[in-house]
Amino acid sequence: MEEASRASKFVYMVIVLFVIWLFLTASLDPQELLIGFVFSVIVAALTHDVATKAGLRNLHPKRVAYAIAYIPYFLWAMIMANLDVAYRVLHPKRPIRPGIVKCRTVLNSDTGKLSLANSITLTPGTITLDVDGDEYFIHWIWVPDEVLNAKDDSEHVERASENITKPFEKFLKVIFG
Amino acid sequence: MIGINVYLALIAIATLLSTYRVFRGPTTVDRLVAVDIMTTITTGLMVLFALYYGRMIYISVALVYAILAFGGVIAFARYLEGGL
Amino acid sequence: MNLLSAIGEILVLIGTFFYFLSALGLIRMPDVYNRMQTSTKSATLGSLGVIVGTGLWAVGRGYSPAWIVQTITVATFLLLTNPISAHALIRAAYKRGIPLWHGSVVDKYAEHLAQKENAESEEVSE
Repeated sequence: MEEASRASKFVYMVIVLFVIWLFLTASLDPQELLIGFVFSVIVAALTHDVATKAGLRNLHPKRVAYAIAYIPYFLWAMIMANLDVAYRVLHPKRPIRPGIVKCRTVLNSDTGKLSLANSITLTPGTITLDVDGDEYFIHWIWVPDEVLNAKDDSEHVERASENITKPFEKFLKVIFG
Repeated sequence: MIGINVYLALIAIATLLSTYRVFRGPTTVDRLVAVDIMTTITTGLMVLFALYYGRMIYISVALVYAILAFGGVIAFARYLEGGL
Repeated sequence: MNLLSAIGEILVLIGTFFYFLSALGLIRMPDVYNRMQTSTKSATLGSLGVIVGTGLWAVGRGYSPAWIVQTITVATFLLLTNPISAHALIRAAYKRGIPLWHGSVVDKYAEHLAQKENAESEEVSE
């Protein structure tokens, strides 16, 4: 993906910083808005060159729509997985079968890979141990039979990816590319 | 507002259990994980206290505490990894 | 207005229950990796419940709506940073050579590291 122009990066940073300011102050007082805008412009002028690559393209309506749809989907996945882990903690026999598996991702951008790693970590049962290129190493609390009985390495990777990265990728692919 | 005592009691029990792991836990990383849990719990506790005293400014205290705890845990983890 | 308070209180109760579960996982699990699995994430969901629940509860009790904005800010911050510290911790554990629990079934990362080491030594010898 080619780099965006400086103006586009600058405007994007001002918008992002100003939204963060709004959330931090939680007030609509004109004085606060003015000072927040001034500081957003100053900080954006200093950092826009290093802080973002895609600039205003990040605010493409399709991306924003997918990002908003991702929030409830992700929260639901997180709650379900937490109930699963709660069952494992409370069960007297402690049914765990941990292991470290390998996954592959189709995402290209660094931000996308970071969000995928964070999403994997937050849905319990899986923690990202390391990322190397497009390979993810994931500690899994219950490695299912289909992954365990895979004949060779590529089948293992495919089945593990099916279970762990696929559900998030269809959203993150659109949001971050 | 009576209910809030029940929640505070649950939080106290959780913190005590993690303290057990801090003292007991065989490796350094075990202790650090327990401390990480305790900081997360403390952030929630601070927000609850903001409601208890009815002052919104205390929420900002919780936010700053979360930021500092995050920096501390990251620095310690990097140190244990040998990258610092 | 009382409905909001009720929802908030229920969220806080669920959140503190998850805090309790995460501390219990910290006690019960056999090695550091599994402790991390059960505790870091339950604690994150627990704080999400407690913090957002507190915001709703406060608005329900007649405080200003700014409460809910501020609490959501704190919750978002925790949601973004907690997985990063969990990741840093589990990497530190692995790099320090803490062994996996004896019941573990597969370790692809060790194979990967061994492969990498071989490739590097071959390059040096050539």
